[in-house]
Amino acid sequence: MNVKYMFSFMAVILLFLLAYAGVEAAGLQVVFGIIIPYTALAVFIMGFICRIMCWASSPVPFRIPTTCGQQKSLPWIKQSKLDCPDTNGGVVLRMILEVVFFRSLFRNLKLRVKEGGKFYYGLEIFLWVGALAFHYAFFTVALRHLRFFTEPVPFFIKILEQLDGFFQFGLPIVYLSGIVLLAAALYLCLRRMLSPQVNYISLAADYFPLFLIIGIALTGILMRYFAKTDVVAVKELTMGLATFHPTIPQGIGGLFYVHLFFVSVLLMYFPFSKLMHMGGVFLSPTRNMPCNTRAERHVNPWNYPVEVHSYEEYEDHFRELMIEAGLPVEKKE
Amino acid sequence: MEIEKLLTERKTAISRKWFEQVTDTYPSDTSKFLKQQKDPFANPVGSTTMNSLQGVLDELLKKEPDKEKLVFLLDPVIRIRTVQAVFTPSQAVGFVFFLKQIVRENLKNECRDLQTLTALSAFEGKVDELALIAFNIYMECTKTILELKANHEKGKVYRAFSRAGLVEEIPDDGPELIR
Amino acid sequence: MSDLPKSDELFAGLDHKPQKKDWMDTPVNIRKGMYCYSANPASMETLGAPFARKWNPLEEDWKLPENWQEIIHNGFRERLDRFRTFKVFMDICVRCGACADKCHFFIGTGDPKNMPVLRAELLRSVYRNDFTTFGKLLGRVAGARPMTLDVLKEWWYYMFQCSECRRCSVFCPYGIDTAEITIMGRELLNLLGLNIDWIATPVSNCYKTGNHLGIQPHAFKDMLDFFVEDIEDITGVNTEPQYNKKGADILFITPSGDVFADPGTYTCMGYLILFKYLKDKYGLDVTWSTYASEGGNFGFFTSHETMKRLNAKMYAEAKRLGVKWILGGECGHMWRVISQYMNTLNGPADFLEEPVSPITGTKFENAKSTKMVHISEFTADLIRHGKLELDPARNDNLKVTFHDSCNPARGMGMFDEPRYVIQNTCNHFYEMPANTIRENTFCCGSGSGLNAGEDMELRMCGGLPRANAVKHVRDKFGVNMLACVCAIDRAAFPDLMNYWVPGVDVTGVTELVGNALILPGEKERDTDLRGEALPGMEEDDAE
Repeated sequence: MNVKYMFSFMAVILLFLLAYAGVEAAGLQVVFGIIIPYTALAVFIMGFICRIMCWASSPVPFRIPTTCGQQKSLPWIKQSKLDCPDTNGGVVLRMILEVVFFRSLFRNLKLRVKEGGKFYYGLEIFLWVGALAFHYAFFTVALRHLRFFTEPVPFFIKILEQLDGFFQFGLPIVYLSGIVLLAAALYLCLRRMLSPQVNYISLAADYFPLFLIIGIALTGILMRYFAKTDVVAVKELTMGLATFHPTIPQGIGGLFYVHLFFVSVLLMYFPFSKLMHMGGVFLSPTRNMPCNTRAERHVNPWNYPVEVHSYEEYEDHFRELMIEAGLPVEKKE
Repeated sequence: MEIEKLLTERKTAISRKWFEQVTDTYPSDTSKFLKQQKDPFANPVGSTTMNSLQGVLDELLKKEPDKEKLVFLLDPVIRIRTVQAVFTPSQAVGFVFFLKQIVRENLKNECRDLQTLTALSAFEGKVDELALIAFNIYMECTKTILELKANHEKGKVYRAFSRAGLVEEIPDDGPELIR
Repeated sequence: MSDLPKSDELFAGLDHKPQKKDWMDTPVNIRKGMYCYSANPASMETLGAPFARKWNPLEEDWKLPENWQEIIHNGFRERLDRFRTFKVFMDICVRCGACADKCHFFIGTGDPKNMPVLRAELLRSVYRNDFTTFGKLLGRVAGARPMTLDVLKEWWYYMFQCSECRRCSVFCPYGIDTAEITIMGRELLNLLGLNIDWIATPVSNCYKTGNHLGIQPHAFKDMLDFFVEDIEDITGVNTEPQYNKKGADILFITPSGDVFADPGTYTCMGYLILFKYLKDKYGLDVTWSTYASEGGNFGFFTSHETMKRLNAKMYAEAKRLGVKWILGGECGHMWRVISQYMNTLNGPADFLEEPVSPITGTKFENAKSTKMVHISEFTADLIRHGKLELDPARNDNLKVTFHDSCNPARGMGMFDEPRYVIQNTCNHFYEMPANTIRENTFCCGSGSGLNAGEDMELRMCGGLPRANAVKHVRDKFGVNMLACVCAIDRAAFPDLMNYWVPGVDVTGVTELVGNALILPGEKERDTDLRGEALPGMEEDDAE
């Protein structure tokens, strides 16, 4: 049994019980339905901003992009504009590919030839696919949930819902994103537990958000497909939150509050954890700077003068030897 | 039935088992990488070990294993294990003996008569010889490393310069150029 | 059968199958052959480094100052405030494991703490403990641990098992650069005087005499004179260079390794031949300097400040001599420093002109601010314009492959220039497998000041992935020459090849140019720069 994931697992179970019992037994709907969500949102926004400000407050003293392709040099040598961009436009493209398609992660996989001429991809492809699936599913799910916070529901969310339910099976129609999110989160979680290499480097802090997100997805799916929840009441609550006239409608089950509580915890946890990679990826100096280090001077705000061994000192030290060897000197005596 | 023939039939399973046990001598997370990563350039240790062991087993199963060839085949894997500081010298070469246990395990059901047992001990004799070969290679590799180290010291022309008085030596009582 | 002892039981006592333990519970075990000797106190004092003392990594007591934890803590904070890289890299790693098997030291040593992510976690665990809320509250559960002597030793051991090659950063989805983390780790260790001698002594030498080896000015000239004689024997042409010449057009700076250590010396002869050719044909006016006689910068492996102190000589000397721009020789980390640090550290170099090749008129736009051009860029441009008369057949005895040195590859992006030069000076060129070259190149295993003698096992392990790829092209194409543009490569590869791939020699790219270039008025050569018979001349030898 691994302490690291057991700890995280127990923590999520505890959170579940806390919310469920808090609502069902103690009747703390106001706490879990209004106070905590507002607090969480405040913590998230403030925390996120503080974190970014904190990073931004440290200067970038040197321009050290990783050059992953041919530099711009002689006009007849083809520059790799995406992997070694020398312009801001190129950097933006590089960042888009990085943020939208996880390009560096994609580098992991290479088409390889096995004995006998068969092609195969290493296991690494699953990390890339899993990561993409996870992030995009999460994004879609989050966007879809805007339906609960807007009235009337904007057209693009309706379109998104239709696309998401494209395959039209099940009743209510099954949204792919939710299923993919759960599957991808489970995959990433199992990968962490079962691959010895990744298991070795993992911390409790790596399992906790995964369990939490699995919890969110599970409660969401349960509510939608199995323990049917009063959607009208839920929307009343969420619209109340969105319009700052919070109310607690009757008839919403404990499961919903668990779902809401999990989301709140995730929001609160976000700024203090590795989840901040969402913001950090944009601030990574090895990727977000142009590779024109020799063409443009980068200024270091704290560059300070240092003691150097000057030519004069050098010549004073070696003058006789230099003269003897016929090397030119500044002072002849 | 001759055991060589039996073992030849089961060669793939035996060499795989042997490879697994050898990679298990590494820390567990490393061993998984060594087993999984099939690209020989991304995983030279795993692929070299695999090729070496397979080749050695093939050769051992011949009637008269060619000693030269065994050296050639075993060299790459020993060469790697010599420099890997996670191993003591006995661990660097000791993996050869794993083969004995694997073969015994494999022939558990066949080893009922004296004839097979004799054949088995003959095969184990070959493994013992292989261990001695491994030891030789290990010593050769260690010697090379020591030579490289020695040459590194000697090769520093720096020293020659120094002897010729051409190098600014750092005086023992503290350099004169500080501040 | 069953009561025969099992062979792996016999070995159980030798812990053949290591126990599965959390990495934080695995204490550091400093092993011989994997570490470099501690710094000579006298060398540390030259630069006024703190806590210079004699200490032995194998001993329990490292003679640390009493408040060493405080020093580390404050140093850590200071660096977080100064470097956004450090702060961001401490926070955003998600431990996805993409980098884990990309490190040549991990691949070669099999030591899991050499996985880049863990190397960084060594520092991160202390960062969480000292600087984050969760770390302070939850401790171990949040992946935090206090700074203890064992942790410090672990830092030291593994910070000097990283060659700052940046291969892992290519694969990281956030661009986390382990080189940057190692640089910070080493800076922190240096605050406690925990440097290695193979770095500290070259740094001290370089500071005082202008180069890592402590070669004094007249000896530097003696060495070059010696090459001039050799070249005259081979070609019949006197290639005497100029030294410290005021008013020259171009200042040439190359790592001192090229001047003193084989096979770099042949590369140095290549430079001399090239400059002589350009001088006779086109009147190129190049000067060498004895003051700035080191292109390399082991200060980079110590701290940003030391890097700046050593690097200052380049611009200072260019200014004193009044040259137009600077030409740089073949060196790895020298070019990382020039490409990404020099102008920021010691610029702006507004006393120099934007580099223009006086022969072809090509403007080196990419170097217009730093004003320093790489010899391979310079040579490639000359060849492209047909300015060099070359006889590649003189290199016909060579089957060449090219090793992308880490720093010019991932810290500069120079891939095609040296290849172009090689392909125009040699007839037989073969690439190594794609996942071992260009931005995926494997380090020689000896970079960042680790090319000492006492850590030979470490170097052999670290160089294994590279050697393995060389072995492939040797066996497949009969490659017998490994070309590179790095002085540390040239110093380290001969040992590496000797151990892993006998029969492959090492050369700088400019040595190939020196062999192929037809000097005006030269006699018919019968040997190459190494004194080995040229193809077709072997028989003459026998006569």
